[in-house]
Amino acid sequence: MEFAELIKTPRVDGVVLHRPFMPTVEGTLCLTGHHLILSSRQDNTEELWLLHSNIDSIEKRFVGSLGSIIVKCKDLRVIQLDIPGMEECLNIASSIEALSTLDSLSLMYPFFYRPMFEVIEDGWNSFLPEDAFKDLESMTDEWRLSEVNKDFSVCPSYPPLVAVPKYVDDDTLRKAATFRHGGRFPVLSYYHKKNGMVMMRAGQPLTGTNGRRCKEDEKLINATLRPGKRGYIIDTRTINVAQQAKARGGGFESEANYPQWRRIHKAIERANILQESLIKLVEACNDQSHSMDRWLSKLEASNWQTHVKEILTTACLAAQCIDREGASVLVHGTEGTDSTLQVTSLAQIILDPACRTIRGFQGLVEREWLQAGHPFQQRCAQSAYSNSKPRQEAPSFLLFLDCVWQILRQFPCSFEFSEGFLVLVFEHAYASQFGTFLGNSTAERAKLSLPEKTVSLWSWVNRPQELERLTNPLYEANSLVIWPSVAPQSLLLWEGVFLRWNRSSKCLDEAYEEMVHIIAYNKELQNKVNSLRRQLAQLETEDPLLQTP
Amino acid sequence: MEHIRTPKVEQVRLLDRFSNKSTNGTLYLTATHLIFVESSSNNSTSAAQETWILHHHIASVEKLSLTTTGCPLVIQCRNFRVVHFVVQRERDCHDVYSSLLRLLRPVSYEELYAFSYNPKQNDQQREEGWQIIDLGAEFERMGVPCDQWQLTNVNRDYKVCETYPRDLYVPITASKPIIVGSSKFRSKGRFPVLTYFYQEKKAAVCRCSQPLSGFSARCLEDESMLQAISKANHNSRFVYVMDTRPKLNALANRAAGKGYENEDNYSNIRFQFVGIENIHVMRTSLQKLLEVIGTRSISMSDFLVGLESSGWLRHIKAVVDAAIFLAKAVTVEGASVLVHCSDGWDRTAQVCSLGALLMDPYYRTIKGFMVLIEKDWISFGHKFADRCDQLDGDPKEVSPIFTQFLECVWQLTEQFPQAFEFSEWFLLQIHEHVHSCQYGNFLGNNQRQREDLRLRERTHSLWAFLMSEKHNYLNPFYSPAYSEAHPVLEPSTLPYHFKFWRNMYHQFDRSMHPRQSILKTVLTMREKNRNAESTLQALEKRLHQLSVTPVVTSDPPAPPPTRDQRSNTLPPRPDSLILGAPINHKEVQRQEEDDDNEQEEVGEEATESTDTERMVEGSSGTESRKQSYGELEGTYNSESAKEEPAVVSLEFGVARMTC
Repeated sequence: MEFAELIKTPRVDGVVLHRPFMPTVEGTLCLTGHHLILSSRQDNTEELWLLHSNIDSIEKRFVGSLGSIIVKCKDLRVIQLDIPGMEECLNIASSIEALSTLDSLSLMYPFFYRPMFEVIEDGWNSFLPEDAFKDLESMTDEWRLSEVNKDFSVCPSYPPLVAVPKYVDDDTLRKAATFRHGGRFPVLSYYHKKNGMVMMRAGQPLTGTNGRRCKEDEKLINATLRPGKRGYIIDTRTINVAQQAKARGGGFESEANYPQWRRIHKAIERANILQESLIKLVEACNDQSHSMDRWLSKLEASNWQTHVKEILTTACLAAQCIDREGASVLVHGTEGTDSTLQVTSLAQIILDPACRTIRGFQGLVEREWLQAGHPFQQRCAQSAYSNSKPRQEAPSFLLFLDCVWQILRQFPCSFEFSEGFLVLVFEHAYASQFGTFLGNSTAERAKLSLPEKTVSLWSWVNRPQELERLTNPLYEANSLVIWPSVAPQSLLLWEGVFLRWNRSSKCLDEAYEEMVHIIAYNKELQNKVNSLRRQLAQLETEDPLLQTP
Repeated sequence: MEHIRTPKVEQVRLLDRFSNKSTNGTLYLTATHLIFVESSSNNSTSAAQETWILHHHIASVEKLSLTTTGCPLVIQCRNFRVVHFVVQRERDCHDVYSSLLRLLRPVSYEELYAFSYNPKQNDQQREEGWQIIDLGAEFERMGVPCDQWQLTNVNRDYKVCETYPRDLYVPITASKPIIVGSSKFRSKGRFPVLTYFYQEKKAAVCRCSQPLSGFSARCLEDESMLQAISKANHNSRFVYVMDTRPKLNALANRAAGKGYENEDNYSNIRFQFVGIENIHVMRTSLQKLLEVIGTRSISMSDFLVGLESSGWLRHIKAVVDAAIFLAKAVTVEGASVLVHCSDGWDRTAQVCSLGALLMDPYYRTIKGFMVLIEKDWISFGHKFADRCDQLDGDPKEVSPIFTQFLECVWQLTEQFPQAFEFSEWFLLQIHEHVHSCQYGNFLGNNQRQREDLRLRERTHSLWAFLMSEKHNYLNPFYSPAYSEAHPVLEPSTLPYHFKFWRNMYHQFDRSMHPRQSILKTVLTMREKNRNAESTLQALEKRLHQLSVTPVVTSDPPAPPPTRDQRSNTLPPRPDSLILGAPINHKEVQRQEEDDDNEQEEVGEEATESTDTERMVEGSSGTESRKQSYGELEGTYNSESAKEEPAVVSLEFGVARMTC
């Protein structure tokens, strides 16, 4: 086993663990191929199990012969390990460094993890495109499931099956794909049952500087319009950025070639800017020495909340076009794998009550992120503490979750899941024992045989005990469209993620439990009242004389 | 009434502050209210919506220059409501404008609403209302008088200090000459007196104004006064003297013959500056804040920059920091603390009351909070009349000191959701009435003035009204057990714990609020639980009468497992539980009022008028999110608004008041 080579010192005694708001623990530190484990070897004390893949970066400090390693995790937690002995400390540090930056996907923990729970339903099969299409078929017959990408040759980042307009044949799709960035030809993202309007997504059109056009692409997207209806193209870039893209072979749909479409430009920032924003935000949140003014100005300078507002606003706009204007929408940015997916998935949260259930949300993440080819592997390789030069890391998915949380805050009774579910999904997107978020596309996942070799996160989540933990006790199904406020005054910092390790949550936890208790008590009372009523009714039917006047 | 030139103007448009939406209606001007009644044609499905604005709530009226559609009139209220009317005819607009100008500048107390407000109570009920709060009993609760502290009658006739109450508590060793001497050495005669006694450590919180020390003056009586305070506490050899001002301000005061205590002259004191800014800084800060948040379609960046540059949260944090210092000195060190600022009625009131709130769970109950306000604010002479601009006075005297106090309390409720018996609706309601001049409690600047005005005979007490609807202000998460376990609150003052209080400053901007409220939902559920409990008992009784054993019993469910029994993996919680839109609470209230009304149909004129006027703006349940998300022309019209979840249905009888 090659892990052994990386582990120079597998065990150190007398290590002290410091965590904010928690008592320090002294114990034995063990390194395994995938975990950093600290155990006090006493009963009733918590052990620390940290996945190496959760480690974003480490820092070493020495005071005399006592070394400290500060471990910064992708879930934003920061812990400190005091290790007696200079050599041990250095060995541990270099092992952690090596083990947390393994390049080979097949060495990742999900390939070694064996579930300790009974899998009731295999999450890998829970959200297949063909099943999603069955739902669509029950609402409309205007769409078909195309196998044009079955060997991933037309678009490497698409799944083998995609929903397209019924009367557009595969040849047209192939040609349209050559005209779209990454071969990402327009496909169905969402069908609005109420008025039959649709939302599609794609990569940018490759018009280039000389204004190339593609009849098939035009035909494909026009086929989604009802006769006489116009649609909206939401370009997630500003007009300037879109113009500049032409020089690199990209571009946008011109009015002349797409007369039935109206183009709207919004400004969602690109990957590297978002990553920088995350780093700045987390830095601001972790610095406890700030004065009020400094904190607010750092928060502002991070621009994170601005990104949240922009993304939410664009998603609301897309939802508005569909629901209020009764128009179909095509969403794209450049690649169509980041801002595009933020917009299409959030619009569905707003429009479609099904996406606000636990299962529906899983389906949404599967459809709009995993199968839609968001490159999780690249985007989530590093989080906010990374020292290395960012390559393709970006918190696109975290921003999406943040936006969902904002809507959840504004409609606390309309979501079946609690904030905890969003935090859980965030954690697993960055480091996990499950295979769900490994790889960059369905093609990569198939190549790695993830469904066969790893366990799906959803297999774990969709068990009664987990579901109960993640359920929002306030949930009452709300079949309506929910329009969030996007005013800066209405958007908050997601403390559950960004301040999670910087504050004591005891008071809030206890209040939450109190709420759960009140609601549980309510159900219990209702049940009792009902059963007594039934009992009484039964007696009364048996003996009519008993009936109260 | 002689000031009202035009009692009614038709075809007035009410513009929404943050969108392009507007509604047409009629504007009425009464002796007490400005009322906007939406034309029924706007919304045929529900009753006409009304907006009631109490004249006392109006902070400013501005007539903007004439536009093609009419003459705009912008009204800013002290409860942070901003309304923008467009009146078709310039002359009407001018009439309304000049009438309002006169009406909102009452020159004598008798013009205030409290003197005409009549909630249909007889004299006895009114008197009982005033007796709800008894400060003598409050000092007794603290354990005063005791072997070290006594009630002094030196101010019985307001002879020594006319801005203090009659009953004052001082150390037993402080003789009358010491008191009188000390008072002569303190601004406005406000000598050191007891405001809170921490029984557990026998430590006292005292308050006063700045000493008239100038550059070198000293006063032996004042020095013995502090000595007496020190001696009254055996737990500590010294007394903290907290000057809540920034050092620079205190230094500047020396030139005017005032200043601060010289540690060399006073034995056993530890002197400390705290650095809370003065009333003028606070006034400007709030103005800036309101400007920022009133900007239409403000960007996130401008909002955060504006929030920072207004300094508002910095000031809030400074007050909380000072209160924590006070609470720590008293509860941890067991030291007595003397708090002052310049006159000892603004910053001193903030710090003393907030400090006591941190130390004593009683003040975190509904009744206790009333007592706290009555004690540290009303009786000790916070100048409500001047600070809240009750009469036409000096604009430089106006300052949101009390608002800041309420906000500090709110910030604490966010950190300790189980520690307070009341919810933020209680704070909002108090804020509303501090400015409404509907009840007598906050009128005038000090107790002496209130007695001269015979407020107890001529007006009603707010506390009685709030008590009567206590159930609306309950915090469903409140746990007395929590307070027992944590009698002293130790809040964190890291900057990110201080948040913008949207429900205060955007109280009337409904589009900003969450559309569903956890607070309201849980409160309603608690209510339901109580009803279900009694239903259950009734059913059980009935079954027993039939000599049948019920299949289930109403025995309370097993108590929730205690903390240690639970697993460590708590579900992550929503990070804040208190997020009710006050509007929703009005709904509850209204519903109840409506229920009441079914029994007694008689129109009660203007009973809860401020409530009514508070809830109305845009309160149709079918009202849609007013914002537009961007470039599509036009915003949503109300037609599509049916999809809004019906969480805020407010079509209750608003129009029960005669105009």
